[in-house]
Amino acid sequence: MAEKRRIELMVCTGTGCFAGGAFQIIEELNKELESFGLKDEVSLVATGCNGFCGQGPLMVVLPDNIFYGWLEKKDVHYLVEEHFLKGRPVKRLMFMPPDEKEPFPLLSDIPFFKKQLLVVLRNKGIIDPEKIEDYIARDGYLAIEKVVASMSPKDVREEILKSGLRGRGGAGFLTGKKWEIASQQIKTPKYFIANCDEGDPGAYMDRSVLESDPHSVIEGMCIAGYAIGSNEGFIYVRTEYPLAIKRMRIAIKQAEEYGLLGRNILGSDFDFTIEIREGSGAFVCGEETSLIHSIEGDIPEPRQRPPFPAQTGLWGCPTVINNVETLANVPVIITRGAEWFSKIGTETSKGTKIFSLVGKINNTGLIEVPMGITLKEVVYEIGGGIPKGKKFKAVQTGGPSGGCIPSSMLDSPIDYESLQKAGSMMGSGGMIVMDEDTCVVDVSKFFIQFTNEESCGKCTSCRDGSEALLEVLTRISAGEGREGDIDFLTELGESIKDASMCGLGQTLPNPVLSTLRYFKDEYEAHIKEKKCPALVCRNLIQYYIDPNKCVGCLLCIKSCPTEAITGESKFIHIINQENCHKCGQCLEVCPPKISAIIKVTGSDMENLVQLSEIISCKEWKKNHEYS
Amino acid sequence: MPKLTIDELQKMRETTRKGIYLREGNFRGKVIVHMGTCGIAAGAREIMNAFLDESDQRKLTDVMFTTSGCAGLCSEEPIATIEMKGSPPVKYRKLTSEKVKKIFNEHIMAGNVVKEFVLGIGSERVG
Ligand SMILES: Cc1cc2nc3c(=O)[nH]c(=O)nc-3n(C[C@H](O)[C@H](O)[C@H](O)COP(=O)(O)O)c2cc1C
Ligand code: FES
Repeated sequence: MAEKRRIELMVCTGTGCFAGGAFQIIEELNKELESFGLKDEVSLVATGCNGFCGQGPLMVVLPDNIFYGWLEKKDVHYLVEEHFLKGRPVKRLMFMPPDEKEPFPLLSDIPFFKKQLLVVLRNKGIIDPEKIEDYIARDGYLAIEKVVASMSPKDVREEILKSGLRGRGGAGFLTGKKWEIASQQIKTPKYFIANCDEGDPGAYMDRSVLESDPHSVIEGMCIAGYAIGSNEGFIYVRTEYPLAIKRMRIAIKQAEEYGLLGRNILGSDFDFTIEIREGSGAFVCGEETSLIHSIEGDIPEPRQRPPFPAQTGLWGCPTVINNVETLANVPVIITRGAEWFSKIGTETSKGTKIFSLVGKINNTGLIEVPMGITLKEVVYEIGGGIPKGKKFKAVQTGGPSGGCIPSSMLDSPIDYESLQKAGSMMGSGGMIVMDEDTCVVDVSKFFIQFTNEESCGKCTSCRDGSEALLEVLTRISAGEGREGDIDFLTELGESIKDASMCGLGQTLPNPVLSTLRYFKDEYEAHIKEKKCPALVCRNLIQYYIDPNKCVGCLLCIKSCPTEAITGESKFIHIINQENCHKCGQCLEVCPPKISAIIKVTGSDMENLVQLSEIISCKEWKKNHEYS
Repeated sequence: MPKLTIDELQKMRETTRKGIYLREGNFRGKVIVHMGTCGIAAGAREIMNAFLDESDQRKLTDVMFTTSGCAGLCSEEPIATIEMKGSPPVKYRKLTSEKVKKIFNEHIMAGNVVKEFVLGIGSERVG
């Protein structure tokens, strides 16, 4: 058959776009391309996550590099005719930032993509993750080829050590060093485990790597196996990731068929196999010693280290565990060299890092940036700033046990050390942006609630300590904070960090400690003035209808689920505080040009005019014009 | 599926690379077939087909084929613009499959504009 392809549609089928109906779009595209007779000229590729999930479902048209977002089934007919047949790209489906007049047609012009640097996600959106041929075409399996043909295991370990690659799973340990320790162990066999447990709520970096480029992880594992002298690898993926598991299965099978996995890889005497292990465990399952217990079929609880898994791991044998993002870096380091890699990033943190950028930010999605980029660049340039003109308050990095970084530190570069100095951590790459409407006490409470629930309970400090933190935080946000609470939280937080056995306990106080460090005044306001400055904590706020503004339209009365608002048409409405559950419905429905409903807290609640009788809006106006 | 040797993997890399050339964007030239309603009526679809056939026969991976709207000269359709890197765009008029063959051989492959079919060079018209 003659090859007439001139356009390729890279349709994102990552988690977000999938949920948004990407497969319905694909179906519709197929139908329309067929009916316009364009099937030979235009082909369709289902890719992994493109990154700009906030714009999904989306696609990129190649070779023109045109980006279309927020696609709907009903747009497809027009799009196919206009762009793919007649060559007129459709403006209204292009990316349009809030305060611009003209859309950005090209992906490469969109600020969200501009400051990114793709090393791990080098193939994202360019290959079909279910085709090994696509991976090979992009220099895939070139690294393993180089390794078996011309490098000794020691050469490989040294190259990785020289590159400065550090683990992306949380602790940031030097990968080359870990491999070195394992290779020195005399005991055999040795095992290799790729960690794709990814238990952080809202994180999907690792999932995305597997879904968009599974072969890069396979190749990384193979190289690691060669370097440490292991012939058996496992990849631990959570069951909640069916698409990642499916793509990994397909990829392993293809690699086996081509002899890139199994016996005598590429004709060499190196053998390596990979098995998938599905885990459906708790957050703590991602911790390396728990994960090993889980693969062994035991209760997934952490154990004391040392000995480290590299010394005594799976079934008592030397075992290296690496995060999947760490592994996807390995093939490029081998093909492009340690020197190239170590030029990216800062003194202590080399290469790039993937983050999931979410929260109160205009552009949400998955980003890969060079280490050393500032938080400001991420929030304002890639993220496009805070929506609705609100003020930035803090960015929370490092997952549920990371810390909040305030605006005064937005110029800090992103690397392992700077984040730690700021009271947070790199973690696996969650990044939650908070605006002025976020209450730090509430946020701390939320994260401690999570870690408290996820604590395996084995060590007292983590189990009971988190419980005690939660109790105090709950009291404070309920308006029952006491003198001494702040000191108690600080001391308890520090001692949980010191006394806990695994990383969960050692980091869980971070959200509390970091917010106490930067937003102490807000804690004090809650405790001393019974005031929630961000107007979030329900017990400390009131909804109030301003009689000077109320026009008596009944909207709030109709919306109130607890019938806490009284009033009649054209009479000023009044909220009966006793019945109010503070759901905020009334504020939502009050028309913006009226804006009669406000939230108040602390002493402001005492200064409100309380109406004692029902009065018509007209009457009120008249009385108040004269007075 | 046979297990690959290093040589075979290298060969495979070369062939598979051709399969994804549209995604890598290293083009030395671009052919734009004008596909307004008038163009389509005058046979622009066949012209596109002719270009794609020629490209396929030569297994080219460095020329991009695309469409655009009406060029504003309906009586001259089908029209195509050829933009080779480093030279001004050239518009050809009243195309047929035979003309496409000649343009492909002489202009796209050898770099010589086929003057007899030219409608304009750059943004100007040739009188
Ligand atoms: C509570 C807890 C949860 C963890 N969850 C993960 C996880 O989901 N994925 C991961 O790669 N590492 C996780 N880790 C870190 C692992 O213990 C381990 O350090 C990491 O997988 C090593 O790989 P790396 O050196 O490539 O980062 C977690 C650690 C702790 C303490
Ligand atoms: S899922 Fe489509 S962009 Fe992330």
